[in-house]
Amino acid sequence: MFVIPDRFSYTVAHSVEEAVELLHTLEDSKVLAGGQSLIPFMKLGYASPKSLVDINRIPNLDYLDDSGESLKIGALTRISRLCDSELVAKDYPLIHDAALQIADPLVRNLGTFGGNVCHADMGDDLPAVCLAMNAEMVASGPSGQRVLAAKDFFVDRFTTLLASDELLTEVRIPKNRRGCGGAYLKLERRVGDYAIVGVAAQLEVDGDGVCRSVGIGLTSASTKPIKASEAESWLVGKSLSDEVLDKASTLAMNTSNPLSDIRGPAEYKKAMVKVLTHRALKLAYKRARGGL
Amino acid sequence: MTALIYPADAKVRLELTVNGERRVGEAEPRMLLVHFIREVLGLTGTHVGCDTSNCGACTVVLNGRAVKSCTVFAVQANGGSLLTVEGLARKGRLHPIQEGFWEKHGLQCGYCTPGMMMAAYDLLQKSPNPTEEEIRRGISGNLCRCTGYVKIVEAIEYAAQKLRSDPSWRSGGD
Repeated sequence: MFVIPDRFSYTVAHSVEEAVELLHTLEDSKVLAGGQSLIPFMKLGYASPKSLVDINRIPNLDYLDDSGESLKIGALTRISRLCDSELVAKDYPLIHDAALQIADPLVRNLGTFGGNVCHADMGDDLPAVCLAMNAEMVASGPSGQRVLAAKDFFVDRFTTLLASDELLTEVRIPKNRRGCGGAYLKLERRVGDYAIVGVAAQLEVDGDGVCRSVGIGLTSASTKPIKASEAESWLVGKSLSDEVLDKASTLAMNTSNPLSDIRGPAEYKKAMVKVLTHRALKLAYKRARGGL
Repeated sequence: MTALIYPADAKVRLELTVNGERRVGEAEPRMLLVHFIREVLGLTGTHVGCDTSNCGACTVVLNGRAVKSCTVFAVQANGGSLLTVEGLARKGRLHPIQEGFWEKHGLQCGYCTPGMMMAAYDLLQKSPNPTEEEIRRGISGNLCRCTGYVKIVEAIEYAAQKLRSDPSWRSGGD
């Protein structure tokens, strides 16, 4: 086992522009944010970047701002801040549920929202949340800023749409209005582990309990974070009876294509996608209606 | 500001506050904070357990937050404030967290204990009157293979009560 990382050059960026310039200039560079996935990867020899650009000292990248059209989350916002935030707990239960189930309190003290999303492991929890909430990812690169839809962002395992000289600076979540509710359910072998599977569900319902919009994101259900699109569109315009939930969760299961690994065989994970989708939708529905 | 790029084999000069004292040392970029603490600063109370971010034996408080020092590069701590288990006691008096582990027999082999105490320190700063469940969640990043946790939870409950009744411990110290 390799527990000492390979050598790398190290530099501290003091602004987003400087980070982008460094990422552009330096050979084989990686962004060091919370480091809670990158450093273990480097220790185990899965990653050996030649240079690291430390963004932890860039000011004003750690924020939760709901003063505008959306909830804006700075890329350097620590997971522990999401857990402790009253705003997140009250208005964004899906994000709160997921944050509380990421690793453990020590890892959450350093791990960041942006890092969890950009690492793009199929087992990371926030990508599914971003997919379910139709988040927008704001990135800065040498030719300026661009805004990417979450549904396009996750290209493959550990691969996002970001170029190697682009930095994710912010994630924008549509503001939760009346009638919105969400939930994240995660099946894990033990506290703090990656998900066997996880399901993020986000609903908006009208006064009659009919779904106006539905978002479902799946963790560890494929080689990358995926959206259960068929289940989403099938649910729009329906009230969630047990029969409807059963059909929707079957559709989500059929979308999933998990890998067999140490966390379980593929068939078991598929079956669990169905169970968790059913439960997550039910809880999200309850929360959405409770908010009316 | 032009960023300074430290080559891979550079000996980076680090200056930080450790247990209230200014300390200086050198580290290559790839040196992990836990190795800097043990080998450069000579503070061996912080343990290396799994070395893979699972066990929490290496937990220290960096800039007010408990972190796993095997999952931070030493260079990241430059200019920061570090509290290790050696910094808990004051003027020869055990910190209430240490006293709790002593009084409630919160350890057997003791390997996880420094990390447990630093995680408890962070928990009690945030949550001075935790429920048993909050304590169990608070130490969920720290593994103990001896005790079964019951006595550790009692030790932290003891410490919480003591800290509430003696506020002189609540400020400073790091």
